[in-house]
Amino acid sequence: MERIVLPEIENLHNIDVYIANNGFAAARKALLMSPDDIIDVVKKSGLRGRGGAAFSTGLKWSFMPKSTDKPKYLCINGDESEPGSFKDRQIFEFNPHQLIEGIIITCYAIQAKSAYLYIRGEYHKWVNLMETALETAYARGFVGEEMKKTFNTDFSCNIYIHKGAGAYICGEESSLMNSIEGKRGYPRVKPPFPAQNGLWGNPTTINNVETITNIPPIINKGWEWFSAIGEPKHPGTILFGVSGHVNKPGVYELPSGTLLTDVIYNYAGGVPGNKKIKCVIPGGSSMPPLRGDQLEGIKMDAESLRAAGSAIGTGGIMVMDEDTDLVKVLARIAKFYYHESCGQCTPCREGTGWMLKLLNRIVNGEGSQRDIDLLLSVANNIEGNTVCALGEAAAWPVKFMLMRFRDEFEARVSPHINLEPKNKVHSMRHTVNPIDKVEI
Amino acid sequence: MEFVFSEENLRKIENILKKYPVKKAAVMPVLYVAQEQNGWISTEVMREVARILEIPEEDVLGVATFYTMYHKKPAGKYHLQVCTNVSCMLRGGYAVYDAVKNKYGLKNGSVTDDGKYSLEEVECMGSCGTAPMIAINEDYFENLTPEQALAIIESMK
Ligand SMILES: Cc1cc2nc3c(=O)[nH]c(=O)nc-3n(C[C@H](O)[C@H](O)[C@H](O)COP(=O)(O)O)c2cc1C
Ligand code: SF4
Ligand code: FES
Repeated sequence: MERIVLPEIENLHNIDVYIANNGFAAARKALLMSPDDIIDVVKKSGLRGRGGAAFSTGLKWSFMPKSTDKPKYLCINGDESEPGSFKDRQIFEFNPHQLIEGIIITCYAIQAKSAYLYIRGEYHKWVNLMETALETAYARGFVGEEMKKTFNTDFSCNIYIHKGAGAYICGEESSLMNSIEGKRGYPRVKPPFPAQNGLWGNPTTINNVETITNIPPIINKGWEWFSAIGEPKHPGTILFGVSGHVNKPGVYELPSGTLLTDVIYNYAGGVPGNKKIKCVIPGGSSMPPLRGDQLEGIKMDAESLRAAGSAIGTGGIMVMDEDTDLVKVLARIAKFYYHESCGQCTPCREGTGWMLKLLNRIVNGEGSQRDIDLLLSVANNIEGNTVCALGEAAAWPVKFMLMRFRDEFEARVSPHINLEPKNKVHSMRHTVNPIDKVEI
Repeated sequence: MEFVFSEENLRKIENILKKYPVKKAAVMPVLYVAQEQNGWISTEVMREVARILEIPEEDVLGVATFYTMYHKKPAGKYHLQVCTNVSCMLRGGYAVYDAVKNKYGLKNGSVTDDGKYSLEEVECMGSCGTAPMIAINEDYFENLTPEQALAIIESMK
């Protein structure tokens, strides 16, 4: 299986290597097409957003108004702050020009003259790498005024990098736009949606870094090629970031629909000490945790994970072995959302604080059965009652952790409950296929 | 203490302003430039940023306080950031955090008396696959044992 987003080509970050490998050929081809034809190709390819919601990229682009005097904008989301996610940084480091080329094509498709690439502030190194790549692309005439000559076209666009400054919430699309406008990163009430009323009130499209890096190959090789990779409803490859209790943590680019157990056992090398798995969060910390004994047969794509009671999110797979203290893990997750809540809506602001307090109490052995019920009711009260999806992101882990691992929590508040060994939940799979025999 | 941007930084700001259709949008990058020059964001810094960008001081204050990476008080010469979020926690993030804390007698948000080190317990830094990690000022150090983390910190002169 060929890699699309992170090809195995040495020094691909170097623009000459990128050009030698067909770099900017897709932009050349796209600029001869009509914007509508490009949107059509992307729609047919079945490409879906890699930023969390897995929304159809082509469809999102088609929401941009055609006849308007207002300037249009593209925002590229490289905030990458969801715990368990570390994939976009690989693109900044190893394949920056494919991202740049994808931005150029997207700008043309939605007729935006300016694109802002938002990169989280902690990624100083990767901001610098991206800036260097962008300067080189400008110097070579692939971006800006010069691209008119290079591509023999009358279209041109500019790309600017905007560096965040430490706020998870700025990954939420409307918060991200406020941040670019120089405001506090408060999410906006929707509707209106960005395509109508986005950056400075203008039509705006927001896509994730990985999503856009998929665009040049789709243009080069056609939608038929792309749509045939992986699961038909969620085609292409996905960058899976595997972390936690695995022997070989890292980012693995694999076809969508790859078995979760294959990702963990065959690619990420299985669990240290051959321990069993208690829990896996399959898409970054906001997504519902799965029990170890649920993992068998789960495919890594949006539909399959939804059917399994979780979600694909950012593809960040967090693996926890049988000895993990899930009460502590959930308390740490709760601390994160409490810290990152922007404070705009009461259920989220107060609820995240309450959940943290209750969980800390349970961790410290001071909790009661009532606290567990209260925890669940706080989570339920947040869900659906907030301006942005951080509310759900905070509520889901609590709700599903309690649903799927209630015994762990009850044991913590009722000393007479013994979890060992018959109530222990874990995966049973230890039939590791040798990696060269894996069918992909 | 009064704050003025250096000539070089004023030129930087001029370039930053070219990226945005309105001046206000430059507040985040300009605050970074200010922090680089001054070490932290003081009231005087905010006043000067507001004056240069022709926006109300409250707007600058709002942004400086919303985003955690702007230091509202002086940080140590080496700002030590240890991630303790889940993926790091599973691989010993707290052991690294506690080692740093104990060695330098720091707590979250404090600075050593000599001003050399400050400590911050940070959220996921995007190093989950190379956990645990510590960031010192702008640099990431990954895949660490507590001992290795301390050795790296000690090597900072
Ligand atoms: C709290 C919160 C944080 C988010 N963080 C990110 C992020 O860091 N990167 C990202 O691409 N999308 C993030 N998203 C999703 C974005 O709002 C948006 O859906 C996405 O960038 C759209 O791009 P896509 O369609 O290409 O996936 C976040 C959403 C929420 C609610
Ligand atoms: S849900 Fe939370 S993070 Fe989102 S707008 Fe409301 S308070 Fe802010
Ligand atoms: S959890 Fe520490 S870097 Fe992601």
